[in-house]
Amino acid sequence: MNSYELSSLLIVALPLLSFAFLILLNKQLKPRVAGIIGTLTLATTAILTFYVASGYFFGFGMENGAYVHHIALQFQWLKFSDNLSIDLGIVLDPISVALLIVITVVSTMVHLYSLNYMHGEEYFARYYAYLSLFTFSMLGLVMAVNIFQMYIFWELVGVSSFLLIGFYFTKPSAIAAAKKAFIVTRFADLGFLIGILILSHGAKTLDFFVMIQRLTQAGSPYLAHFTATSFLGLSTLSWALLLVFAGGAGKSAMFPLHIWLPDAMEGPTPVSALIHAATMVVAGVYLVARLFPIFAISAPDALLIIAYIGAFTALFAAVIACTQTDIKRVLAYSTISQIAYMMFALGVSGWGEGQTEGFTASIFHLFTHAFFKALLFLGAGAIIHAINSNEMKDMGGLRKALPITHITFLVACLSISGIPPFSGFFSKEAILSAASHSNMLVYYVGLFTSGLTAFYMFRLYFRIFWYKPVQDHHNHEKHTWAMNSALLVLVLGAAFAGLIPFGSFVSATGSPIILPFNPSFSVVPVSFGLIGIFLAYYFFSKESDRADKTVAYFGGFYRAAYHKFYIDEIYLFVTKKVIFNLIGRPAAWFDRTVVNGILINGTAVVTEAGSEAIKPMQSGKVQSYAMFFLGGVLLLVALLFIQFM
Amino acid sequence: MEQVPLSHILILSSALFFLGIYGFFSRRNMITMLMSIELILNSANINFIAFNKYLFPHQLEGVFFTMFIIVVAAAEVSLSIAIIINLYRRFNTIDIEDTTTMKY
Repeated sequence: MNSYELSSLLIVALPLLSFAFLILLNKQLKPRVAGIIGTLTLATTAILTFYVASGYFFGFGMENGAYVHHIALQFQWLKFSDNLSIDLGIVLDPISVALLIVITVVSTMVHLYSLNYMHGEEYFARYYAYLSLFTFSMLGLVMAVNIFQMYIFWELVGVSSFLLIGFYFTKPSAIAAAKKAFIVTRFADLGFLIGILILSHGAKTLDFFVMIQRLTQAGSPYLAHFTATSFLGLSTLSWALLLVFAGGAGKSAMFPLHIWLPDAMEGPTPVSALIHAATMVVAGVYLVARLFPIFAISAPDALLIIAYIGAFTALFAAVIACTQTDIKRVLAYSTISQIAYMMFALGVSGWGEGQTEGFTASIFHLFTHAFFKALLFLGAGAIIHAINSNEMKDMGGLRKALPITHITFLVACLSISGIPPFSGFFSKEAILSAASHSNMLVYYVGLFTSGLTAFYMFRLYFRIFWYKPVQDHHNHEKHTWAMNSALLVLVLGAAFAGLIPFGSFVSATGSPIILPFNPSFSVVPVSFGLIGIFLAYYFFSKESDRADKTVAYFGGFYRAAYHKFYIDEIYLFVTKKVIFNLIGRPAAWFDRTVVNGILINGTAVVTEAGSEAIKPMQSGKVQSYAMFFLGGVLLLVALLFIQFM
Repeated sequence: MEQVPLSHILILSSALFFLGIYGFFSRRNMITMLMSIELILNSANINFIAFNKYLFPHQLEGVFFTMFIIVVAAAEVSLSIAIIINLYRRFNTIDIEDTTTMKY
């Protein structure tokens, strides 16, 4: 085991140890000590990640001009049969290393930021323990060598997000949000599990790389068997992959499983930053990227469905984001929209020469998005920390009160809107360019969405920092050194992460590609972004009735978008009215009368009556016992007599 | 000298056995019941000795078995007497009909 492999093991192990330590000693430790332990552990993990990443990208990862996967650690954990076993291990390949950087950096910043933000909370140490658990689960997920190992960590991510979203467990809305997140993602994970079972049945393995090899090689018997049968026009393999994608759609909040994400902001704001930027929601994208060769080579029809779901979700969430008034809710819908960007980027990508740029663009956007979205959420947290409200109507003119937040927020907004030279510009260009080469419909949707993105982000920006005249000249940032430094570190990522030549590190096949950079192509998306910013400026730079008039003009459509197109209500109707009445009540009746009444109580009644009937035989009279004994002996004698006569 | 036939001895042991059974079921005094049990055991002893003598005169298994039974019976009697004394201390009687608290 060389030093890189040891470091990669430590990357997963340290957050777990930190979790165990903090959760066991959460009453004994002083809050500040617990926070510093958690933060330092994560900082160590981040440093180790950079060490491993530099070693991988500039050293042992490259073989014959292409990056190959490197198994740092693998051992058999559960063996089912000779060729089917669940292994645990650590894999290093371009996407997992890129994700490791994102997760550890953002998580470290969130840990640091929380030192100020959560100061004085009653369960401070427990909060840090949960953060470490969350980070550990996500790190284990991206390093999984085996689809079942990924599933285990996938569920761990679900559990830790449940704990963190419901962190303010005395607040009913937080409990409801935690349950909603858990149930919706759990429901989606059912699809994932079935997908895993079908895939492993077809490929006779759970190992990612063996599976990819068996299901992509032309003429492979596994593949031929798998594609031989079809259902509703899609092959069994496509169905299996779509079921796996359903799990990913649940975690990544794709329509129609997106309903948990906007509510998940009931948790502490730094947690939202972690969920929305680096962990949990990108798990779905990562899952599709992990299985990408199978999707692209053997089931392009499934990939096309992903592209359309992604494009629709991107537009849908962006429209809702334009109407929301809670700043965290706007950011939540913007996350859904941006994650959907990554999804459709994967969807429009193919396998052949020159068609894989969508894959690289997707991971690139995941990378840059993590920085600017974490920055936006942490900035929103700083604002909420200062004025104790989530609502836009309580804000306005805050640029003097929160100067650092103001500048960093502006950079993040420019970045997400795709304005050069900030990071979001490069990744979004790459995605749109990939879409324009393969599917024009998806491209136009993406283009329109990018305009909407710029509009709603700058609506947020102007409503928070301008809109009203500056009233509060008192600087709120003097005592929040940890929050400020987290913002300042992340702003570097949000501004400059786009300058990384991402194509030379991450690509579908492993061999470096060059992401096309074409100024004449960029004109259209950037001008869409500028139009969005200008519209936001026109409506929201000063207090005016311009926005209200436009809202009146849109009327019903605005109200529908404001109510999130009534998706939550539809879910409530389906679950409460349809499922409860048609399935729940009959099942309850069956349980009460048949299972409980006949089977359980019936057994009890029969047993009791039987025991009452034979109880008097235990009379305590020795001679009556002896009489039975004698009778038994005589009976035996008689039997033997008959037998031998 | 003419031997006593085996059947005579078997009739004696059967008579002893059924006397014991009868005593065990009809007496209410625990000491008497204990004596009846001794009768049953002794009838078995007579059988062992008789069969040993008449069927396998050159072997000694039957005699040994009888010895065992006598030893076991002695041990059993001492245990039983201990139980009876305890019962007497508790109930002030050794009538089997009055000591029926060990039941459901």
